[in-house]
Amino acid sequence: MAKRKKKIIVIGGGLTGLSLAMKICERNAEVVIVSYQSLKRSHSVCAQGGINAAIDARNEGDSPENHFYDTIKGGDFLAHQPLVRDMCYQAPAIIHLLDRIGVAFNRTGEGHLEFRRFGGTLYSRTAFAGATTGQQLVYALDEQVRRFQHDGSVETLEWHEYLGAVLDSQGICRGAVLQDLRTNTVFTLAGDAVVLATGGPGQVYVKSTNSTVNTGAAATMAYLQGAKYGNGEFIQIHPTAIPGPDKLRLMSESARGEGGRLWVPRKAGDARPPKSIPDRERNYFLEEKFPLFGNLVPRDVASREIHDIVYNQHLGIAGEPMVYLDLTHKSREFLEDRLGGIIDIYKKFTGDDPKDVPMKILPAVHYSMGGLWTDYESDGNGMIEHGSPRNQATSIPGLYAGGEADYQYHGANRLGANSLLSCIYTGLMMCRGIFTYIDNQDKSVDDISSTIFGDAKNHWESRLKEIKAMKGKENPYQLHIELGDIMMSNVLIVRENKKLEKTITAIDDIKTRFKDLNCVDTSDWANPTPSFINQLYCMIELSRVIAKGAIMRDEFRGAHYKPEFDLKQPSKFDPNEYIDYLEKKNDGEVPENAFPKGHLDYMKRFEANNKNWLKSTIAEYKNDKPEISYEPVDTSIVTPRPRKYD
Amino acid sequence: MKGNIVNEKTVKLKIKRQDKPNSKIYWQEFKIPYKERLNVIACLQDIQRNPTTQLGESVNPVTWDCNCLEETCGSCTMLINGKVRQACTALIDSLEQPVILEPMSKFPVVRDLQVDRSRMFENLKKVKAWVEIDGTHDIGEGPIMSDKVRSQRYALSECMSCGCCLEACPQFSLTNNFLGAATFSQVRLFNLHPSGSMLKEERLDAVMGEGGITDCGNAQVCVEVCPKSIPLTESIADIGRQTTLQTLKNIFMK
Repeated sequence: MAKRKKKIIVIGGGLTGLSLAMKICERNAEVVIVSYQSLKRSHSVCAQGGINAAIDARNEGDSPENHFYDTIKGGDFLAHQPLVRDMCYQAPAIIHLLDRIGVAFNRTGEGHLEFRRFGGTLYSRTAFAGATTGQQLVYALDEQVRRFQHDGSVETLEWHEYLGAVLDSQGICRGAVLQDLRTNTVFTLAGDAVVLATGGPGQVYVKSTNSTVNTGAAATMAYLQGAKYGNGEFIQIHPTAIPGPDKLRLMSESARGEGGRLWVPRKAGDARPPKSIPDRERNYFLEEKFPLFGNLVPRDVASREIHDIVYNQHLGIAGEPMVYLDLTHKSREFLEDRLGGIIDIYKKFTGDDPKDVPMKILPAVHYSMGGLWTDYESDGNGMIEHGSPRNQATSIPGLYAGGEADYQYHGANRLGANSLLSCIYTGLMMCRGIFTYIDNQDKSVDDISSTIFGDAKNHWESRLKEIKAMKGKENPYQLHIELGDIMMSNVLIVRENKKLEKTITAIDDIKTRFKDLNCVDTSDWANPTPSFINQLYCMIELSRVIAKGAIMRDEFRGAHYKPEFDLKQPSKFDPNEYIDYLEKKNDGEVPENAFPKGHLDYMKRFEANNKNWLKSTIAEYKNDKPEISYEPVDTSIVTPRPRKYD
Repeated sequence: MKGNIVNEKTVKLKIKRQDKPNSKIYWQEFKIPYKERLNVIACLQDIQRNPTTQLGESVNPVTWDCNCLEETCGSCTMLINGKVRQACTALIDSLEQPVILEPMSKFPVVRDLQVDRSRMFENLKKVKAWVEIDGTHDIGEGPIMSDKVRSQRYALSECMSCGCCLEACPQFSLTNNFLGAATFSQVRLFNLHPSGSMLKEERLDAVMGEGGITDCGNAQVCVEVCPKSIPLTESIADIGRQTTLQTLKNIFMK
């Protein structure tokens, strides 16, 4: 290859995009960051509670190995183990780097990093900056990128939208098609590699804790261009959010990490003000059912319990589908210091002060564990070979993905405070592999015919022109709401095949109605509507991936709960029994009386279920439909076993 | 009669519109159905779904910037009933109607309620608002810092570059080059960091020239409009003191 600098196009200016850009600059290559808006405003700013790293600052005996196990168990063993293990071992160095670049992490009396508790673990492992940790991390990384901008190695294309990859005749990604969101012109950008750091797809559900840019359109476009999409059906429902007509606002898990308690009145329909309900008349349902983890069970567990309390037991506050999140037993000063960010949000949107009255919360769509399928290379010792070009590579050569846009770190359910970690880890980690990929190419982007780029540009120009010419009856923004309602009613906490079948038909109906859209704005300057219609198209396609993955996966794993396939774990079951069982089986016969009554049957059911379903869902776009297949999960380090948190 | 909406509560909005940066300004009024917990964003979204004015004229939907909808990203800043603030936290129940929406006036208009605030980010470059580091490789822990200093820094670091302080500032205008409170406060933020302070002199030099700290007229409105209650006037006073010392140092050392 000619001796010019490598040029990498990074789509997305959140934590993954920024940390990758910083690394690329440091390694003396060129980077173009493409962002839908100003860099400081990406959705990563919404992360509140913190970022995990097993530094064991409180001498509790924590270790990266424990962090690894908690993450794998939290994800119900669906994540590839070497990747998660490598991430957890890198986490302490990542936190130290973030501290060095000036993140205002809370500190101890001696001036070291302070850590707090979070869900799915018994250790204090979460570093935090008040309750606006994501915002603080984005700012610090943005500042580092600005530092390189200052000396010219970064180009930022803010207010630009990624429309698709430029693929050459061999299907290798050679650049990106972009739209300037102000002039509305379409152009192509050539690069040695393209990285999608474009976040999650919460807007498929319309109302979620996600930001308005989180349509998942960029990742979906990669899927429509032939990339594999993994584990689409695994959507995290966060247990604690507040309702609103435009969005469901997150109330961080750190509220419970700092001692917040979930409860409902014991008596159904009890309409007394919460503070006047005596303790004995309150049902602290998580503490009662899960004495060990209490309010800090993982999110999938907590959301299911809230669902059960309000819909099956009808114990929601005054008959509404909400429960209390109570912080009022904590001192005002402590709450301001540790949780000020979310307390302000709650106050501003509800008028009530959580320091005085318990918050009223409900579960909300929050995070996609699934995303673009990406590869990795293990070093053979339970870690990752960092220089491998396979790391974070999608199935389209030259197109990479990381952060929430990929599928491989959180299995069937993400643990709190692991998202910031996986975003920054993938951003930093993938850099070397991308460089190796570029060095290994026989043919560089400079040798690619300009007609390839011309064709890609023409394709998108005519696509947007077609959209602008749509003169049907349907309003695109209204159709989006209807798509969200469908997804919200049937592809949420509890999933049933009959309802999922109806969902798939309803999405098909939306897809038909899409053809009858009216492009309500046809102006040629800063016009968001054609862009939105294209995103809506992607959201419809992605909802098909999610719903089809859900209907086909006949089991209960992590956030994917189908009551029909609940294996009904016996109440006194100890997960170590399963390891005993496997050993005994290995040695020969397992005597019926070796385990308490019912346990052996349960373990056999568990084993059979894993044989069928401990695998990644892969969706590929074929014949205008998602085609689903399955791939094995790397479980080479710890043996999958039943999860238990009580 | 079906469609008779006399008894139904509505929300009236009056919106200042502009199709392009230099095109003419015009106003349109909209009436949308009232719902509980409505904020200005939800009203604008309603207009997208039914882009018809109060007079029944079908128009292009209003354009505006937004993202997080929880006052963390800073995008949706605009003038609401004449006051600069974020549209997401502007709840209809606490606003007088018609709700008057205008774009910020101290930044160039892109379209309707969207403005171009890139000047704010350029200013951050001018004052080197970052910590210089040797590299991103693992070289161990960051500097020891008291939680008191951390807490002071955190308050400043919550600045989301929304531009409220600049919109309200009588000194900051579309045509001058005044840096403004947000930028001064960032200088203080980085000068407070143990390794960030290594660039302290360069930062102070950057705020000592034209458009710098001495141009501040002490109107103190910046701090009143800051949605994150950042102690901006304290920052201005502190940077004032730091630059005075720097001036003396420059006289004696050069």
